[in-house]
Amino acid sequence: MPKTEIRVGGLGGQGVILCGSIIGKAAAIHDGKHAAMIQAFGPEARGSACSAQVIVSDEPIGYPYVKNPDVLVLMSPDAYKLFAPTVKPGGLILHESELVHPDKDLPAGVKTIGIPATRFAEELGRRLVLNIVMVGFFAGTTGLVSYEAVEKAVLDSVPKGTEDLNSRALKKGFEFGRQVSGR
Amino acid sequence: MKADPKGVLTGVHFIDGDHAACEGALAAGCRFVAGYPITPSTEVVERFAQRIPHIGGTFIQMEDEIASSIAIQGAVWAGKKVMTVTSGPGLSLMMEHIGLAAIAEVPSVWVDVQRGGPSTGLPTLPAQADMMQVKWGSHGDYEIIALCPNSPQECFDLMIKAFNLAETFRVPVFFMMDEVVGHMTERVVIPEASKIELTERRWTKKKPGEYKPYETGADMVPDLVKAGDGYRIHITGLTHDERGYPVINAAAQKKLVERLINKIRLRKHELVDVRLDGVEGADVVVVSFGITSRVTGAAVEEARRKGVKVGHARLVIAWPFPSDLFADLSRKVKAFVVPELNMGQMALEVERAAAGRCAVVGVPHPGGTVHEVSVILDKIMQAAAGKKGSPALEGASR
Repeated sequence: MPKTEIRVGGLGGQGVILCGSIIGKAAAIHDGKHAAMIQAFGPEARGSACSAQVIVSDEPIGYPYVKNPDVLVLMSPDAYKLFAPTVKPGGLILHESELVHPDKDLPAGVKTIGIPATRFAEELGRRLVLNIVMVGFFAGTTGLVSYEAVEKAVLDSVPKGTEDLNSRALKKGFEFGRQVSGR
Repeated sequence: MKADPKGVLTGVHFIDGDHAACEGALAAGCRFVAGYPITPSTEVVERFAQRIPHIGGTFIQMEDEIASSIAIQGAVWAGKKVMTVTSGPGLSLMMEHIGLAAIAEVPSVWVDVQRGGPSTGLPTLPAQADMMQVKWGSHGDYEIIALCPNSPQECFDLMIKAFNLAETFRVPVFFMMDEVVGHMTERVVIPEASKIELTERRWTKKKPGEYKPYETGADMVPDLVKAGDGYRIHITGLTHDERGYPVINAAAQKKLVERLINKIRLRKHELVDVRLDGVEGADVVVVSFGITSRVTGAAVEEARRKGVKVGHARLVIAWPFPSDLFADLSRKVKAFVVPELNMGQMALEVERAAAGRCAVVGVPHPGGTVHEVSVILDKIMQAAAGKKGSPALEGASR
């Protein structure tokens, strides 16, 4: 894997940036790769369009922006509208399946895989961990970061006392991802 | 002297430039910060405010940037290493006290996480348009030092250098980040405290009664004391003599201002930090700094693939400007290309150093995002082909 470009998009408050940060941290600290993350957000604390751009690479990263991602992780319809047309031909869109409904108007060869992450998070006890479900889903479907690395990254990114809930959220997303992607 | 382990968060981290800059300051021994939080620099002081109670030191959220920029100077005379942190609008408010820090020779670090301007401009988006302001913004003649990190790792590493230079030269040192570098997250390796070399404050070796606050030796930099340690000191923004007392005449002005200038200008060879990549035998050299250097890196690689002999000179210390180095290079190359997130600032310095010996092509950009790689690449290709190109200060792009 020479270089993979990822964009995570959603609404402020969904944990979009943390989702990107955990993927980057897993790669950069625990998997021994290089990673750079850039975030974009509006001035509002919650509810504004929000996205994280993450590059994971075996080589040091120069230019840190993501224009045409290999993998898109989408958690809101607005993010889908904005970013789906930018995905690389042959790329992958991972989406929250009850919030984002992909249409057919996508670049050639793009594959979409959905997960009801919000519902899973609610079933686990707190809607808040939807982003961690998405992190697990990302790891399970793409294999770009190892489960061990991403678990360590989750555990040192979440508040104390929430480790168990977040571990379960990660596992749920990861296993669902493995299952639906056939990896 | 080595860093105090209390302030050093040894380990491998995945943090952004703002957080890394804060850790650099803590590792460098900074124990007093006064600031007025402003996007995109807020995370620097937010982290400092969280960390400093556990280390031992002070953070004050002041009423504004004017107060912040004077509070840090008071803390220096209480013996602290100090920093203030802001972005363009705050920097504009600090100008008067930058002059005071220059004339009173207050070792201090001033972080500017640059965003689009003028005025409140683009709070959450990048620019590099404060480069001339930090050099010339306060009235009168003085010299400063400015560093330009291009990654979170450098926000840590160069911050230590910034504090060390502040102590060595007793000038305001500006840490010129930009929104992208500040908010970009990457791996940051923080070494053990015993591996971090710090420059100690120039404490006087003289006894009270013998010490004069502005007496200097060959290096043109006076030694310090702490207020309250029994030494007679006087600090003023007025032109002063070696005792620190105001002397309002041309002779005192000549002696003081020439020394403030010369302690940097005559020692600027100690302050050259330009990272050179492939400039030997190059036809074109691209000059860049901060986040633009990472975009430039991609353009330079692309140009080399197309067979162009192109080098890259990255300014790590932008002020004092390394004019000798660029004067020398100007005798060997066809052109300098200078991309920057402003409408032509450092390009003017490059042009001054080149003095007509080669072309200088500006690649201005008003900020809000970074350059397209292709825009810089086009300018490199044109310059390599010997096309006249745009002068350093061209009109706005159409």
